[in-house]
Amino acid sequence: MTLSISLTINGQPKTIALDDPRVTLLDLLRERLYLTGTKKGCDRGQCGACTVLVDGRRMNSCLSLAVSLNGTEVTTIEGLAEGDDLHPVQAAFIECDGFQCGYCTPGQIMSAVGLISEGHAGDDPERVRELMSGNLCRCGAYQGITEAVLEAQRTLKEQKERDAA
Amino acid sequence: MSLDPSSAQATRYGSNAGQPLTRRDGLLKVTGRATYAADNHPEGMLYAVTAVSKIARGRVTSLDVAAAKAYPGVVEVLTPQNRPPLAHDPDEKLPPFGFRIEVLQDETVRYANQPIALVVAETLEAATEGAALLNPQYEIRKPRTGLDDGMRFDPPAVGVGSPPRAEHGDIEAGLAAAAQVVEADYETPAQYHNAMEPHAVVAEWDGDRLMLDMPNQALVISSASYATYFGIRPENVVIRSPFLGGGFGSKAILNGPQMLAIMAARMLKRPVKLALSRSQMYGPVGHRGNTWQKLRIGLDRDGHLTALHHKSISATSSFDDFLEPAANASTHLYASPALLSEHEGIRLDVGTPGPMRAPGEASGSAALEVAIDEAAEACGMDPLDFRLKNYAETEPGTGRPFSSKALRECYMEGAKRLGWAGRPLAARQMRDENGFLVGWGMGTALFPCPQFAAEARATLRADGSALVETAGVDMGQGAWTALAQIAAEALGLDPDQVEFRSGVSTLPDGGIAGGSGHTASAGLALHNAGKDIIKKLAELATKDSASPLFGAGNVGVDARGGRLYRRDDDSRSESYAEILARAGGQEIIGSGQSTREPDHSETHAMFSHGAVFAEVKVDPDLGQVRVSRLVGAFAAGRIINPRLVRSQYFGGMIWGASFALHEEAVIDHRTGRVMNADLAEYHVPVNADIPSLEAILIPEDDPFVNALGVKGVGEIGITGTVGAIANAVWHATGVRARKFPIRIESLVI
Repeated sequence: MTLSISLTINGQPKTIALDDPRVTLLDLLRERLYLTGTKKGCDRGQCGACTVLVDGRRMNSCLSLAVSLNGTEVTTIEGLAEGDDLHPVQAAFIECDGFQCGYCTPGQIMSAVGLISEGHAGDDPERVRELMSGNLCRCGAYQGITEAVLEAQRTLKEQKERDAA
Repeated sequence: MSLDPSSAQATRYGSNAGQPLTRRDGLLKVTGRATYAADNHPEGMLYAVTAVSKIARGRVTSLDVAAAKAYPGVVEVLTPQNRPPLAHDPDEKLPPFGFRIEVLQDETVRYANQPIALVVAETLEAATEGAALLNPQYEIRKPRTGLDDGMRFDPPAVGVGSPPRAEHGDIEAGLAAAAQVVEADYETPAQYHNAMEPHAVVAEWDGDRLMLDMPNQALVISSASYATYFGIRPENVVIRSPFLGGGFGSKAILNGPQMLAIMAARMLKRPVKLALSRSQMYGPVGHRGNTWQKLRIGLDRDGHLTALHHKSISATSSFDDFLEPAANASTHLYASPALLSEHEGIRLDVGTPGPMRAPGEASGSAALEVAIDEAAEACGMDPLDFRLKNYAETEPGTGRPFSSKALRECYMEGAKRLGWAGRPLAARQMRDENGFLVGWGMGTALFPCPQFAAEARATLRADGSALVETAGVDMGQGAWTALAQIAAEALGLDPDQVEFRSGVSTLPDGGIAGGSGHTASAGLALHNAGKDIIKKLAELATKDSASPLFGAGNVGVDARGGRLYRRDDDSRSESYAEILARAGGQEIIGSGQSTREPDHSETHAMFSHGAVFAEVKVDPDLGQVRVSRLVGAFAAGRIINPRLVRSQYFGGMIWGASFALHEEAVIDHRTGRVMNADLAEYHVPVNADIPSLEAILIPEDDPFVNALGVKGVGEIGITGTVGAIANAVWHATGVRARKFPIRIESLVI
């Protein structure tokens, strides 16, 4: 049995013949499209390592069946940078040392991008910590993650103001 | 980035090391291009899923292999009936760090989540479904998972080959001479590493050559072990481990599930990928075993220790012998004329424990630091004054000098940063603006400085750039960056001119990434390889009459910025490329090893030290504890990269907070199963649990520990922190919680 779905992944339209209706978005990305930047930490929506943006919203890709996402637009960690230009969140994670082993990092970054674009973060570290709490980091890079989100938020705000001027 | 400029600049060594460079692998990690084991997809790859036991003790009496094999896409099911033989008996432990390997030897079930079959299929979904169809039937025996029903024994060793008992002076005489004795029992739970990356392997055979993509903390040791188990030559095993998604000790030791996947790949002549599910990590891949600890502290009238007795009952499995060496935490820290640390083992029907970040030091320090606080309280003394009064100027028991020990500075700087002066002595004296109880507590941090064997190779190329190689491991500590900095400094080159290769078992043995000794060990090997190159280069130049350095052999040369300089005359210098060009454009190869001066090991005690201060806020009605401030001051010899070291301290302190307040595997003693074997119910701190942290880097010069002066920073942050938080909880509430993690029910009376 194959099921055909259409997705736009990192700006590229794709028609995918799914071999199995049980395939999650995470396993589609990782095991069939070889977009392995998105990570599997728990497969139960408990750790956030698999966070991607679906139609701009943060989503645990391990909890979403691929077949249910026909017609959506998916952004993964591979789709953030433009060529060699890092997204401000990516650059801030490097500068603030917002990771150690790097395994939760794609999910942290996608969550940060999502919550900044949704306008939720503000400049309050307490709020950033709360809103980033769906993404576990076992290495304990939380201090750097919080700083990175705040710094990226500032950078993006300045960019926006420059663009508006 | 709030790097402390004072420490970053004050501790400046040469042109490279000492600088807060960002991570070399940062770009790959933020773009999703860093390749972890399970990201590999060799052509024709199959997926493996382990079926695991739902019971903790007994036998598997049947498996519906036919149902699993009939499922579309399932290729093979490995069970004790058909699993291929190994060249080495998996019940026989291989040194070093060998454990009994769980590879379907028989139908016996020794713990919950033990692999009982391996299903291999064309897709992950089919393998998962096949494993679910096996429908195992069991003969169930009553599991022994509590203190009261396990078998007690005297262990011949604890931890990795440490003696189970250390005694100095006469403990009973010390206790008898005491004006008072503080005695208390402490309990620490089973904890699971829960690295974010589940254990995974992609195994591919080519004849008798084996290629493994797997996260691994000990590349060369592991490849030799696999060679023994599979009866092939060590050089035929290649382990690639460019990135580990966290290790914390759980990826240093071979385990059954990964071995089974490798066996399946050989049997089926196709590459096989296995990644454990989160819940499957609660059993076959190690954990920190439970401890039940007792401390007895004898005190004279002035508040000096007269005796320190620390005993730990440490849990292990029914079939192997790793015991949390908790009591050893008390042997090197406080001055006491009599010291006794001892261990008893208890066998439980659980997976075998293993080293987990600060094995022994973490759980032992948790108990010791609370006991020391209780002793200070009994003497009516401030906890910091009490620790200073019992400060060990030389190693307790042996009297050996410390190679370096800036602990006093750690105490002072940490206390100053928290604002310790003026802390009320009694508990329950402080409240915040919301009426929450506020408490301040402290703990001392201590961790040994091992120096492991390691080797490295350096190649100076004709263009003056270099290649350095060692089979090292970066599991997040920043090894790639710090090691490249060390190599660059030894070579007198900018880090950008140094190509750094690591993470593959075919390179010179970089040793094990564990024991907080990797930077010191692999780093020293790289340092010596770089120095070897410079020595050979200097010989070429100083013997070459066409060189401006000709004849400088006696005064010597300095290497910096890719040039050799005559030591007594900076105007005479020559670039590496020029020297090599005249010598016929050849490369120079250097090698180096990690060794500690044997004399120094005997004459000096070597430890990293630190002091951790915590502030907690406790809801007086609900008993909920929040850590509001955590300050750690650490002295760990020379700091190669303060940005990364600070992150290591933060990580350790967060593990300490987790130990104190969050993590615990809860066993249902009726079934012997961990009831919270997932990341929702096994609590590790989330971002909102962690307040702003401060880590202060105390400068320390250590001429004995190794030629680099580097100690270790990876694990010390946990020690001290657990006690600091527990003691702050006491200071806030007046309740001494002696069972970890501290829960609301311990505080609400």
